[in-house]
Amino acid sequence: MSNVPWLTVLGLIPLVGALVVAFLPSAETAKRAALGISLVTLLVGIGAASQFEIGSGEQFQLTEQHSWIPQFGVSYALGVDGIALTLILMALVLTPVTLLAAWNDLEGEAAAGRRVQTYYALMLVLLTFMVGVFAATDVFLFYVFFEAMLIPVYFLIGSFGGARRQYAAVKFLLFSLLGGLIMLVAVIALYFVGPGGADGFLVSNLTGIDIDPTTAKWLFVGFFIAFAIKAPMWPVHTWLPDAAAAARPATAVLLVGILDKVGTYGMIRFCLQLFPEASVWATPVVLTLAVISILYGAILAIAQSDLMRLIAFTSISHFGFIVLGIFAMTTVGGAGASLYMINHGFSTAALFLVAAMFVYRNHGRQHIEDFGGWQRVTPGLAGVFLVAGLSALALPGLSSFVSEFLVFVGTYQRYPVAALLALPGVVLAAVYILWMYKRSMTGPRPDLGRVVPDITLREKLVVAPLIAAFLILGFFPKLALDVINPAVEKTLVHVGVEDPAPSQAPLGSER
Amino acid sequence: MTFLATASAAEAAGAAPAFVWLLIALPLLGAAILLLGGRKTDSFGPLLATGLSWASFVLAIPLLISMMGRAPEERAVEHVLYSWIPAGSFQLDAGILLDPLSISFVLLITFVGSLIHVYSLGYMKDDPSHVRRPGHTLTAWEESREPSERRRFFAYLNLFIAAMLLLVLANSYPLLFVGWEGVGLASYLLIGFWNHNPAYATAANKAFIVNRIGDMGVIAAIMAMFAAFGAVDYAGVSAAAGEASTGVLVFIGLLLLLGATGKSAQFPLQSWLGDAMAGPTPVSALIHAATMVTAGVYLIVRSAPIFDNAPTAQTAVAVIGAITLIYGAIVGMAKDDIKKALAASTMSQIGYMMLAAGLGPAGYAYAIFHLLTHGFFKAGMFLGAGSVMHGMKDEVNMRRFGGLSTFMKVTWVTFGLGWLAILGVPPFSGFWSKDAIIETAFMGEGIRPWLLGGAALVGAGITAFYMSRLFFMTFHGRARWSEEDYHPHEAPATMTIPMIVLAAGSALLGLVLAWPFAETKPIVAWLRPVVGYGSDSEPVLAIPVIIALTLIFVALGVAVAYLKYLKEDVPAVAPVGSWATQAARADLYQEEVNRTLFEQPGVALTRGLDFGDRSGVDGSISGFATWIGDLSSRLRRIQNGFARSYALTMLAGVVLFLGAVWVVQ
Repeated sequence: MSNVPWLTVLGLIPLVGALVVAFLPSAETAKRAALGISLVTLLVGIGAASQFEIGSGEQFQLTEQHSWIPQFGVSYALGVDGIALTLILMALVLTPVTLLAAWNDLEGEAAAGRRVQTYYALMLVLLTFMVGVFAATDVFLFYVFFEAMLIPVYFLIGSFGGARRQYAAVKFLLFSLLGGLIMLVAVIALYFVGPGGADGFLVSNLTGIDIDPTTAKWLFVGFFIAFAIKAPMWPVHTWLPDAAAAARPATAVLLVGILDKVGTYGMIRFCLQLFPEASVWATPVVLTLAVISILYGAILAIAQSDLMRLIAFTSISHFGFIVLGIFAMTTVGGAGASLYMINHGFSTAALFLVAAMFVYRNHGRQHIEDFGGWQRVTPGLAGVFLVAGLSALALPGLSSFVSEFLVFVGTYQRYPVAALLALPGVVLAAVYILWMYKRSMTGPRPDLGRVVPDITLREKLVVAPLIAAFLILGFFPKLALDVINPAVEKTLVHVGVEDPAPSQAPLGSER
Repeated sequence: MTFLATASAAEAAGAAPAFVWLLIALPLLGAAILLLGGRKTDSFGPLLATGLSWASFVLAIPLLISMMGRAPEERAVEHVLYSWIPAGSFQLDAGILLDPLSISFVLLITFVGSLIHVYSLGYMKDDPSHVRRPGHTLTAWEESREPSERRRFFAYLNLFIAAMLLLVLANSYPLLFVGWEGVGLASYLLIGFWNHNPAYATAANKAFIVNRIGDMGVIAAIMAMFAAFGAVDYAGVSAAAGEASTGVLVFIGLLLLLGATGKSAQFPLQSWLGDAMAGPTPVSALIHAATMVTAGVYLIVRSAPIFDNAPTAQTAVAVIGAITLIYGAIVGMAKDDIKKALAASTMSQIGYMMLAAGLGPAGYAYAIFHLLTHGFFKAGMFLGAGSVMHGMKDEVNMRRFGGLSTFMKVTWVTFGLGWLAILGVPPFSGFWSKDAIIETAFMGEGIRPWLLGGAALVGAGITAFYMSRLFFMTFHGRARWSEEDYHPHEAPATMTIPMIVLAAGSALLGLVLAWPFAETKPIVAWLRPVVGYGSDSEPVLAIPVIIALTLIFVALGVAVAYLKYLKEDVPAVAPVGSWATQAARADLYQEEVNRTLFEQPGVALTRGLDFGDRSGVDGSISGFATWIGDLSSRLRRIQNGFARSYALTMLAGVVLFLGAVWVVQ
């Protein structure tokens, strides 16, 4: 089985599927086909994961490598470590959930051309690119996927979004292109400081090379800006709330939940691994930006009156935590940050999708003031919303707690001040979630003058896997951590840092 | 009884019997069934929840018996469940620690908790005076007693029991924290159970958010523990704490104290508890009197290895306790709402426990002792208050009560026993536990024993005053209600039986646990293997003198209450009162201080940043974007559909690309 190009297959299924879906005559069939294809992809993904060996000495597994543009040193090289594998699996789980959640998004538009087919096909194409971007082990190939992702997202926002979709789509595109261009310069320059040759863009060939410190710093900055925009971090975050509010919630999930992880994933894979000294050099600034993102995102979330914008700002805060954990450069912080990426994907998906279920019932109004007392109208849905919110505020017992906790513990080991400064984030998270819940769900039963159905079977199927993920990874985070740990340790070996020893450990103790 | 056999086999290795996790799992299962089962479980859900809570209690009995059968130093046993968080150098197993301290809590939680489940079966049932007529629109109160709402209530109660058991049974700080926030969630859900009332929804939010401020302390303490000791489980921390520097230990101790002030409603994080009375009264009895709010005391006592080597942090605990016990007592004097008066009293009594916990090994056992007796008498009085409300159409204003003793005999007698217990009248429970704390507070050197002991002594007098005021205003004096408006009546047996059981505990538990004819008090002997006992100093006053002084203060308090609230008529509308009364009524203006210092600046900051984000951060970037936008609209004109211009553009791109490559090279 080891000769099966698992990752290529994983990328091809949704791509071919997208073509099929795009040309299906009936909208209803297209939806079912797309969902089926995404489920098949998930199954294949599970198959691929079963081939992954936890104790392997290699950095990347399930590898494939073919020469692509040898003149430029570009290879078609795929492979995953534990961090990439868990991210791909998260994408594979979230895609069918999202497709199912988007079932009624284009209600009444089925007759209008082939919009439904296009909508679903674009989401499948996006899945291909998401697999590719996490699996690429060639810097140039990564860059290609990194930019290619913009295309389906641009159309998903620009032609399928709500009000202000044009503005949001263009803003998204410009920010991303700006980051991409800066990165492109760094990518090309990287080739020339590297060993060159026909496979000069391979990550493995660019790891541990001698780069002039000044050049390395410039290259680091080039990559980091692109990733910081994507992640997004303060102060280059402003595209996200607009994009999330204007996009369909399903698109917002794919964008914020999965796609933006490319930013933080890139920081681990490229910034830390390729430019270790420069990463250490930049740490004070990055940690400062991360702490600002945590607090700023949370405070801005409190200030929002639009549900979708609020959720987007919570993500800015959460991305701050991820970056904090990455640049703490401890095994604990790194494992926490990697796990955080997974948990945040599920958590944000739940928030966006359940919020969307309310917005759908409220005729598209997504302002918090347009709700109130809905716990008495749709108690089941309100309960699910609360669970999603509790996950966002990292309630212990749910998965997000484990990762946030690890980020705190791992950061404190080396940077206690940064960890303590980020700590008010946990109070602010309680404020933005509970205040949102209070304004939208509690209070006297509103007089809606119509019967509003509680959570439907389809909606239950959407939220069940997400809540299951909260609980399973909350009580058994070992499932993911065992896969993540070796990858984190390997990255830190590349950086050349070791965990600080306990300051007060009794002499001669094993601890 | 096979599980008992395996239990004894496992204990040989110092391991707890493998079934201990069921203690937590059973009520958790109940919550899951009731919440996920939907309306199908409406009919049997409340009974199932009650049964599962009792099942946990029954499971705890053999654990207690086998623990008592072992030598004191072999009583603590651990059961590792599984590897919970393995992340790099951070390796943590989820495990259960069963020792005299945790089993004491388990028994309190499951016994009082199960009694309150039973009580709730009656309390949450529709009142017979609300007769359903066809076409009758339900009031919010009636709606909350609908079968599905009642099921939700019992689900939350079960969730609370499970989380509280996890809190006390955990063998590490992170796992304790899961229970810690779990009870916070249950508290949030139950305070907001009637959240169709916006004020109640706000009260629920306030409780959770203020608790989160304290929780920052717990998280930070765990971070500091791992950085300092490389361990976050009790065994590892305790092993390392003995040799750690005092500075680190004081830092960790103060952070833990911050956590404890939030959960246990101690100064300065006490403001949420009064508002928490928005929850149904059984909740107030269970969560906001008997169990959850005492978790802070548990945290301090459990962290004895840290505090024993951090004298500054220990003093801080005692001082916070002393401040809060006076603070709560003063607030309690002026409240007319029976539940808020009891809440203030809870705050004050937990202040006593904190004070004792801050006295180190001399006081730990007494902190837990008072916690246990308080769990009985305060829960009993809250249930009594619930019974009064049940019979008085949910009225809580004591100025509308009076003379209820003849209408609610059982409530009157059981409440009366609780009243005698909290006053510290011998031989009732509170006498033994509170007196021990007052005596210990008088130990030490310099001015410290006079301040701490004096506060405890004065507090006892004020307690006697406000509790007697409450008792007289409710059950005695002139009836300040009209028969046709209220029809007061005694509660059904499901409610009175738990009250009777708790009243029996209020009367006798203290005597049993402090058995005066034993060489060492049984409660001290029981807890000594966990928390130690003893002090190298004697009280600065002779013990009989302290007891006599305490009783004099108590008698004075009762006498003043008698003169003011029984001899004199109680006006149905509260008089304006002096500035002191007004201050006490307003919780000593803590709310105003919080608002001015934190809320208003917070709101201003939020508004300011929001404005700044839209105009400043986004503005400067959008300005650039507008420029690009203009550019792109010009570019759009280039998209003319002619293949040759596209080809030209592509060519330009390739040239640019190669140019870039050349420049970099």
